[in-house]
Amino acid sequence: MTDAATTLNGPSGGGFTNRLSDEAVRKNLKRRYAAERRFKTYGILAIAFAVCMLGLLFSTIVSKATPAFTQTMINLEITLYPQDIDPEGTRDQATLSGANYRSVIRQAFFDLFPDVTSRRDKRQLYEMISPGAVYIIRDMVMANPNLLGERVTVQMPMSDDIDQLNKGQISKDVPETERRVKDKQIGWYERLENRGMIETVFNTTFFTAGDSREPELAGIWGAAVGSFFTMLVTLLVSFPLAVCAAIYLEEFAPVNKWTQTIEVNINNLAAVPSIVFGLLGLAVFINFFGMPRSAPVVGGLVLALMTLPTIIIAARSALKSVPPSIREAAFGLGASPLQVILHHVMPLAMPGILTGTIIGMAQALGETAPLLMIGMVAFIVDVPQGALDPATVLPVQIYLWADSPERAFVERTSAAICVLLAFLVFMNVSAVFLRKRFERKW
Amino acid sequence: MSFPVLFGVLALLTVLGFFLGRARALSTANGHARNLHSLPNYYGYYIGLWCAAPGFLLLIGWMALETSVMDSMLIANLPASLQGLPKAELSLLLNDVKNLANGDIVSREVIDADLRDAAAFYASLTSSSKLLVTALMVVLTCGGILIARGRIQPALRARNSVERAFMVIMIICSTIAVLTTLGIILSLVFESLRFFQMVHPLDFVFGLEWSPQTALRKDQVGATGLFGAVPLLAGTMLISLIAMCVAAPVGLMAAIYMAEYAPPKVRGTVKPLLEILAGIPTVVYGFFAALTVAPFFRDLGLDFGLTISSESALAAGMVMGIMIIPFVSSLSDDVISAVPQSLREGSYGLGATKSETIKQVILPAALPGIVGSVLLAVSRAIGETMIVVMAAGLSANLTANPFEAVTTVTVQIVTLLVGDQEFDSAKTLAAFALGLILFCVTLVLNIIALTIVNKYREQYD
Repeated sequence: MTDAATTLNGPSGGGFTNRLSDEAVRKNLKRRYAAERRFKTYGILAIAFAVCMLGLLFSTIVSKATPAFTQTMINLEITLYPQDIDPEGTRDQATLSGANYRSVIRQAFFDLFPDVTSRRDKRQLYEMISPGAVYIIRDMVMANPNLLGERVTVQMPMSDDIDQLNKGQISKDVPETERRVKDKQIGWYERLENRGMIETVFNTTFFTAGDSREPELAGIWGAAVGSFFTMLVTLLVSFPLAVCAAIYLEEFAPVNKWTQTIEVNINNLAAVPSIVFGLLGLAVFINFFGMPRSAPVVGGLVLALMTLPTIIIAARSALKSVPPSIREAAFGLGASPLQVILHHVMPLAMPGILTGTIIGMAQALGETAPLLMIGMVAFIVDVPQGALDPATVLPVQIYLWADSPERAFVERTSAAICVLLAFLVFMNVSAVFLRKRFERKW
Repeated sequence: MSFPVLFGVLALLTVLGFFLGRARALSTANGHARNLHSLPNYYGYYIGLWCAAPGFLLLIGWMALETSVMDSMLIANLPASLQGLPKAELSLLLNDVKNLANGDIVSREVIDADLRDAAAFYASLTSSSKLLVTALMVVLTCGGILIARGRIQPALRARNSVERAFMVIMIICSTIAVLTTLGIILSLVFESLRFFQMVHPLDFVFGLEWSPQTALRKDQVGATGLFGAVPLLAGTMLISLIAMCVAAPVGLMAAIYMAEYAPPKVRGTVKPLLEILAGIPTVVYGFFAALTVAPFFRDLGLDFGLTISSESALAAGMVMGIMIIPFVSSLSDDVISAVPQSLREGSYGLGATKSETIKQVILPAALPGIVGSVLLAVSRAIGETMIVVMAAGLSANLTANPFEAVTTVTVQIVTLLVGDQEFDSAKTLAAFALGLILFCVTLVLNIIALTIVNKYREQYD
């Protein structure tokens, strides 16, 4: 830079000025070029900061999420004594479903540790197995009652604390009183591990189960289905409304006070905080119309109102980008104004409209705050069967899990975020693809 | 039949009407479409509209009003002793009646005869309602089809009617946006007015203490609850200020670099990368703030001998700032790019370096647009909810110390409204009053910002 400065300075200034001012100019130039470099560096630093934060965000989430995709299981041999489960021998489903499987598991598990005798130790020992194990045995027996009397090896999830211990998230150096897993439990766990009974498997529960208070039994399927129904309602309501509104405003609306009001309105609506839409949903849909709380229908309606401006604005710009020559040609052939729009302009504008719709839907999929207002934060274990059932959605599930104190929910929250981000990335990539593939430059 | 099924039936009937109309039109025209005024399909649409419009309106109206009408009928049918219950207990009772009728779990242990009667009544009400709506829909749609079919003749201007109807539908759709705004304003104002009957508006706007707990009994300590919004507004401002301290310089410098320095290739990668920041759900930022950034600041504070709360305004504000960067950068980028090239060339011609040109020519020229983009970003920050709900505190401190926990308007709206609520306590209504403040402030900011940006755009067009 300094070389460049002198050569620049040399021929132009050198011949006409004395050495002193030449020096001053050179100094001044040096300062100015340094300022130039500094300024450019600030720009690079700003971008680097933003990109680093993005990278940090993603890497934190992904690194925290990876353990959630595996689950520590125990392969426990259990003898299903008929006298414990079905003393009458009737084999009817009600008896099988109501039997005390807990004691069956306890017995089998305690047999492994004959040295554990005190009541307190036994309780701690049994706490190492997930409460969900009972249902695994029950479902197994109910599906196949002939197993009664057999000795079977069952793979059951360990409790979340033991799972965390296995994944190395719980340090043994911490004093015993400050960690969730006691020294004795660690000892028992190590004995189980030495016998080769512990196995780490892919965590299918996470993808197939609904919510649960026990991290090892909690899954995102319920929330994903809730999100699906909500998005379905949002799409069905907002897409036709937005497209009709966009066509009218762009193609037919006379320029007057009323249409100007609508336009200003749409622009302002796009910037209203999402939580205000939640208040609207609460006051109008739930309180005034008496719609059910926590239902995807209400959530979908609220999100539809929220995405409406986004889609309208995108659809209008897509319609605007179709050149007037298309319209004129169609008019020339005798098409009516509506035929011109529906038969000729709309097909050409469709990729743009769809792109805007997908982006709007992606926004709606990630939205949390308005859904909190209309009660979609309830703890719901069942997978919703329809748009009227109580449900929760992925982002709200993330919020709920993030609030849970159990350590194991941290990784599940991160994993749920990864799933949500995967959906969003998919939607945005398809929007970009649509735009690249079908968009025409006129 | 349930509503999804009814909508399906309606769709089927409409399709049927379409084919009926087409066939009818062709048969009246002796099978030659040229004898018809409009294309045959338009006669189909004509019948389809006559079928779908009344059915659709009926179903929507029924869906919207069914619950409230049925509730009031149920209440009217209850014994007088139960009708006199307070509102909250009455709604609990109604819930139980419905659960009992659906065979679900009921919250009370004693199910007396009154409850059973009510449940039976409710069950009969539900089934007769479903029957009635099904019958009404069939009558309306079939009637529509028949009437429209009777009108079909070659001279019928089907296309004109269909297009007129479509135009009406489009106009209705375009007013939905206005109706939404109206709905927001009405619901906020209406509930706020109810709130202001309990709490004086001046106490609300200028009160310095916020503790919205309303006690169960009158004689408990602090039974009245204090609704002074100043600490919340101050907290919102503090967090937004921190957010803007991050977002404004970073976003602006990034925009300048992208618009003035970056080669097209770099710009093509960096711009979408920054936009990703705006596309990440806010709940993810909230998690990031609460789990990574807040503990980081707390530990950093410990190293320097400062006590930084684990719910500090700093962490929430900083993460919010990161989220807002693209809002500042992309709009600023646009306005900087929109500054005419001649201004730059004039400056270069006078011997200014690039950064001098930017600082002394381009930024002043683009200033209104940049201010507009910053204002839009501020309104985003004020309305942002999830980050502060997850990372900022709940206690209303009136402080300017970024290391302490503060609470914001949005956090309080969420905490007041999540969970069980009855609609006549000052606690829930306060949320609507806060919502009104939020709505007004963001609206004013947006209007100012959009006006500035638009004015500026006209200047160089």
